[in-house]
Amino acid sequence: MSGMVERRGAAYWLTHVGLILGVAFVFFPIWLAFVASTVTQAEIVRPPMPLLPGRHLVENYREALVAGVNVPVARMMFNSMVMALGIALGKIAISLLSAFAIVYFRFPGRKVFFWLIFLTLMLPVEVRIVPTFEVIAGFGMLNSYSGLILPLIASATATFLFRQFFMTVPDELAEAARVDGAGPMRFFRDILVPMSRTNMAALFVILFIYGWNQYLWPLLITTDPRMNTIVMGIKQMFPSGDDLANWPVIMATSILAMLPPVAVVIFMQNLFIRGLVDSEK
Amino acid sequence: MAAGMEKRVTFKGIWLPLLLVAPQVVVTAVFFFYPAGQAIWQSLFIPDPFGLSSRFVGLGNFEFLLSNSYYRASFVTTAIFSILVTVVSMGVALWLAVLADRLIKGSGTYRTLLIWPYAVAPAVAGVLWMFMFNTRIGVVTWYLGKLGYDWNHVLNGTEAMGLVVVASAWGRISYNFLFFLAGLQAIPRSVIEAAAIDGAHFWTRFRTIVWPLLSPTTFFLLVVNIVYAFFETFGVIHTITAGGPQQSTTILVYKVYADGFVGQDLGSSAAQSVILLAVVSVLTVIQFRYIERRVHY
Repeated sequence: MSGMVERRGAAYWLTHVGLILGVAFVFFPIWLAFVASTVTQAEIVRPPMPLLPGRHLVENYREALVAGVNVPVARMMFNSMVMALGIALGKIAISLLSAFAIVYFRFPGRKVFFWLIFLTLMLPVEVRIVPTFEVIAGFGMLNSYSGLILPLIASATATFLFRQFFMTVPDELAEAARVDGAGPMRFFRDILVPMSRTNMAALFVILFIYGWNQYLWPLLITTDPRMNTIVMGIKQMFPSGDDLANWPVIMATSILAMLPPVAVVIFMQNLFIRGLVDSEK
Repeated sequence: MAAGMEKRVTFKGIWLPLLLVAPQVVVTAVFFFYPAGQAIWQSLFIPDPFGLSSRFVGLGNFEFLLSNSYYRASFVTTAIFSILVTVVSMGVALWLAVLADRLIKGSGTYRTLLIWPYAVAPAVAGVLWMFMFNTRIGVVTWYLGKLGYDWNHVLNGTEAMGLVVVASAWGRISYNFLFFLAGLQAIPRSVIEAAAIDGAHFWTRFRTIVWPLLSPTTFFLLVVNIVYAFFETFGVIHTITAGGPQQSTTILVYKVYADGFVGQDLGSSAAQSVILLAVVSVLTVIQFRYIERRVHY
C-alpha cells in the first residue's frame, strides 16, 4: 500500500496537501496572535489587520513584560512558573513515597488507603470548587502559592503510575538489597529512584503543562493581581466596559503564555509522548 | 486491580510506610475528601440570605435543580457541546492521522508540527479564537463581512456555540492525532497489504480492516474527549462567551462557577457539584472497565 503512495502519483500529493491544510488550520490562530504582537494598536483596530509581522515586536513585548496592564507580565510568568513547578515536583514527590509504601510494605490500612486514593482519580478541581475554595480561605491561603498548588496535587494519578512501574521492578533487586542489609530507604534512594528517572521525567513534562495551563483555580483564589498567573491574567487585561483592549500587549502576553509549555513539548517530545501515553494507561 | 498483583518481597515495618503515605493522605484528606464531603453536605441545605444559618432541605436542592428549566437547558447545552467538540476534534485528527500514516517519510515531521498545540491552554486558545472572530476588529469577521455574512457571536447563540466548539476542538486535535497515529501504526502492514493485493481500494480497506482494528483507540479517545469537553473547557467558555448570549453556552461546569461564585447560591452550586461528581464517577467506571478488558485481552 505504502509503495503505491510513494510512487508520487496524485495520491501522494493529495496526502501532503491534506496534511499541510491541517497544519495551516492548527497554526493560523497562533500566527495571527504573533502578528498582532508585532504591530501597533492602530493597525489592529482598523480591520483587516496585516497578516505579516510588523516592526514593533520588541516594544510590545517589553511593554507587556515590564508594565503589562494590571501587573507586569514578568510577574505573572514567575507566578505560573512557581505554580507549575510546585504542582509537578510536589505531586511526583508525594506519589513516589506513597507508591513505594503501597508496593513494598504490608501495613494496616493499606487496602483502605489504596481504594481511597483510587477514588480521587479523574475528579477535577472544577467539580468541587466552592468547598475547596472555603477550605483555602479558612487556612488564609488565598493569594498564596500554597493555595495555588496544594489542591491540585491532591489526586492519585501519579501514585498509580509509579505503582504500576514498581510492580515491574524485579523482586531480585529488593531481595538483594535485603540480603546486603540495606534498609528500605536505602533501597528506595539508591535503586528505585534512579530506575524511575525516565518515568519521573515523563510525568514531570505532563504535570508541568497541566500546572502552567490552570485557569479556573487561579481565577478564584488570586484576587490580588500580583498573584495572578499568566494564563488566567490574560482575560483580566481586557477592560470591563466598552473601552478598547490593548491588543498588541494582550497578544504578546498570549504568546508568552504558551512559550514555556510549547517549548517543553517540542524539546522533550519523546518524554512528552511517553508521559501522555503512561498517564492515560 | 489491586488483588492478585502483589510483591513477593517486602520490607518489614509499620511506622515507616505510614509515614511515607502520610503526605499524600493529609493533602488528599484536606483538599479532596473534606471538600467533596462538604459539597455533599451543603447540597442538603439552603443558606439564609444573610449567610448566618442554613435550613435543612434534604433533596430539595436537587428537586429544584432538576425542575429548573435553566439547569435542564444547561444539561442539553453540555451534551450538544461535548458531542460536537468530540466529533470535530476526533474527526479532524483521524483524517490527519490517516494521511500521515500513508507516508513512509515525513510523518515524523508532521507529527512534530501537529502535536505542540497540545501545550496551548484552553483559556489561551479561547483568547486566540475570540481575537479572530472579534465582532469589531476580528480578521475572520471582517472577511466574512466582505463575503456578505454578518458574524456576531455576542448576539447569536448558534454562532457562539460554534465558536466555543471550534476553539475547544482545535486545542484537542494534537492529542487525538497522536493516539490515532499510534493506533494506525500498530496495525500490521501485512494485513493491509494482503487486502491491497486482493484489490481492495483505500476506502474499502479503511472501512473493513483499519476502522475495526482502530476501535479500541477510538473508544478510549471518545471517553477522554467527553471528559475534556465536560471539565477542561471552562477557560474557553469564560474567555469567549462567559456562558452567553442568554446562557446558550453555559455548560454544567460553567454553571457551578456562575451560580456558586457570581450568584452566591451555595446550596444549588453544591448540589450541581454532586451531580457532576456522579457524572465523573460513571465516566471513570466506563474507562476503567474498558481498560481492564483491554489488559485481559
